[in-house]
Amino acid sequence: MTQSLHERNRAALARALRRILPSEAVLTEKEDLRPFECDGLSAYRALPLIAVLPETVEQVQAILELCQVNEVPVVARGAGTGLSGGALPHREGVLLSLARFNRILEIDAANRTATVQPGVTNLAVSEAAAVHGLFYAPDPSSQIACTLGGNVAENSGGVHCLKYGLTVHNVLGIEMLTMEGERLRLGGQALDGPGYDLLAVMHGSEGLLGIVTEVTLRLLPRPPTIQVLLAAFDSIPAAGEAVARIIGAGIVPAGLELMDNPSLRAAEDYVHAGYPTEAAAILLCELDGCEAEVAAQTERVRALLQAAGASEVRVARDDEERARFWAGRKAAFPAVGRLAPDYYCMDGTIPRKRLAEVLERIAALSEEYGLPVANVFHAGDGNLHPLILYDANRPGELRKAEEFGGRILEICVEVGGTITGEHGVGREKIDQMCVQFDADELRYFHALKKAFDPDGLLNPGKAIPTLHRCAEFGAMHVHRGRLPHPELERF
Amino acid sequence: MDADQRDALQARVREAMEAHTPLCLTGSGSKAFLGNPVRGEPLSLAGHRGILSYEPTELVVTARAGTPLAELEAVLAAEGQHLPFEPPRFGPGATLGGTVASGLCGPRRPWSGSVRDHVLGVTVLTGKGDILHFGGEVMKNVAGYDVARLMCGAFGTLGILLDISLKVLPRAEASETRVLECAADAALDTLRRLGGESLPLTGAAHVDGCLYLRLEGSEATVAETARRLGGETLDEADSFWTALREQTHPFFAGEAPLWRLSLPPAAPLPVHDEPLLLDWGGAQRWLRSFRPADAIRAGAEALGGHATAFRQRPQDVDAFHPLPMAARQLHLRLKEVFDPQGLFNYGCLYPDL
Repeated sequence: MTQSLHERNRAALARALRRILPSEAVLTEKEDLRPFECDGLSAYRALPLIAVLPETVEQVQAILELCQVNEVPVVARGAGTGLSGGALPHREGVLLSLARFNRILEIDAANRTATVQPGVTNLAVSEAAAVHGLFYAPDPSSQIACTLGGNVAENSGGVHCLKYGLTVHNVLGIEMLTMEGERLRLGGQALDGPGYDLLAVMHGSEGLLGIVTEVTLRLLPRPPTIQVLLAAFDSIPAAGEAVARIIGAGIVPAGLELMDNPSLRAAEDYVHAGYPTEAAAILLCELDGCEAEVAAQTERVRALLQAAGASEVRVARDDEERARFWAGRKAAFPAVGRLAPDYYCMDGTIPRKRLAEVLERIAALSEEYGLPVANVFHAGDGNLHPLILYDANRPGELRKAEEFGGRILEICVEVGGTITGEHGVGREKIDQMCVQFDADELRYFHALKKAFDPDGLLNPGKAIPTLHRCAEFGAMHVHRGRLPHPELERF
Repeated sequence: MDADQRDALQARVREAMEAHTPLCLTGSGSKAFLGNPVRGEPLSLAGHRGILSYEPTELVVTARAGTPLAELEAVLAAEGQHLPFEPPRFGPGATLGGTVASGLCGPRRPWSGSVRDHVLGVTVLTGKGDILHFGGEVMKNVAGYDVARLMCGAFGTLGILLDISLKVLPRAEASETRVLECAADAALDTLRRLGGESLPLTGAAHVDGCLYLRLEGSEATVAETARRLGGETLDEADSFWTALREQTHPFFAGEAPLWRLSLPPAAPLPVHDEPLLLDWGGAQRWLRSFRPADAIRAGAEALGGHATAFRQRPQDVDAFHPLPMAARQLHLRLKEVFDPQGLFNYGCLYPDL
């Protein structure tokens, strides 16, 4: 019987794991496994065979060796805040929690680096570095909870990417284990390392290539002055034009965020940020640096916003108002979440200039599916987050929302963008990978994976679809007559 | 003249696959001195050139790899933009492809990020004759493994770069360089102190008893910071930074092997009294030394960095810092993925890659 085989496997593996770990660090009971059944994308759930909570690198190494020998899949997990099902457990596999790797090992003020264990939260680094006047720049919205190991795995962004970059731009080195149990150090406190840039490859690899056991981060001096402007626009194209003008004028804002009317209204109702609720869109522009620089740029941006047709431009008078301007944006997801029982957050990136066109097409799809959408946009770097509203309790509506989301991502690819800017592919967007990459490219991805993990045991079934899966997805799409670029020949 | 040679290059690679002919990939040859010697039939990539798209307000440029850097940088400069990582050319014909393949950066690197930090996407011709596209023309993209960045600094050993998309940025409005007379250890102390402050610093080098600090930003900020830093204003500052970047500064002349040390910026100075130039705020150090390679490499490693034999490389010395066993294994497997026959620049980076 399958069930008993499953149970026998569980018992045998648990026994072996308990020789590596203290008994309490090996979880096998359903109620103990339940907290690990999903990540931030709760639509996908699965219980792992076993969850383990190691505390030392040697333990992780032994766990990997054991799983390698027994061909047991391993799924690594940090805080489980990911939004693409990347940490979704494997039913026949071990869920490797790195939560106990929660120590900041060193803040080196002279070299402006922090060395941390992978389970340290993103925000904790900036808090620990604050006494030296330093901070860690990438700030994903989940920063109070998400961990650095997960940030590396997803190459997390945040609202300050245009100026400060993604995780890959702010990590100097990692220590990692391969599935075969090899311990590797890539980079360190220097600005580069010898050989191929394996450090870059590890970023955004979604736990498929190795397990990060230590991270060395670049810290930056905290800018002494921060200013935020809020501009209202009567149309989305006008707001898009304002973004182009600011960047065309040679200004690189620390943050540049656009919210459309549904999201700004939802945010206003929720946190009362004082947003102009009649506006078609608002733009938040954050400038940081030395006082003189920020003052000069604020005036230039104000003029540029007005020239681009802003119906209103406000400059935060003090820190409190600045915080209020941001409060609405930061609360946008939960605020939109209040409008419907459920929402589905998408994460495409597009060339900025195509924004108005893409939003129009999303609006048309919203009509077609009968599901409302609110949009927030990291305008500086082109990362679009449409939030699709639906009700999971209505039969078929989740499926409809997912299909709608998939079509949005296909539009992103069509206009020259990508299906994921910062949330990762995970389980969620695996079919859309078939739209973005052709069979040859996917073959190289699989080969690259094999170079790191020859038996394919790390986080199988995520991030990179099999060619077989793409063939099925493609067939389904042709059937529906919605293959992107139908005018092109397909082989 | 601008030309699309991708089909011809693909045909040439397929021929080489058939005949098992190793190829020595070249652009303009400006960086041919870098790395270990390559045996193989020369394959010039310089003819595949031309800017494919550039929209200043998108901060993205896409060009064929053979595009001369000088041409690309002139087009960007006309729009008030630049490649922030300030790549060295080491010759008048230097190409974009060679820049990305060698991964070299100029004095602004610690503040601007490196070549790979600005690479958004590449089209690459592999050693199996496949033309593939990775990454894209947008700043945030986490779909698939980051093969585009893997190509940076790989010296062509994983594939021929065909087209490259880069993030570009506006140039600063004003620039000023201050010179402070001090010894190298005092310079490191000053840099450590300044590193904790939010300053418009974009260059920090020490040579011949002087610390050079480049400031870039708005007129007001640069002027105010310059006053605060003290020292003297350097006339003809651009030619100093260019000479440093291009290694035409007198420090780089002479017969002693030139070593590049990449170290944590605050790493202590060596005890040996050998000519040393600090760049990148201390994170990149140029050393003229006849000492044995092993000793220099062990020293760099002990400080948490690595050493490259850059110019005047002694015979029997590998250009690049040896890799630990586990990393070497991964390198070999990746070479197997992208260039299984070892057609491209075999041995340039490491003996069997």
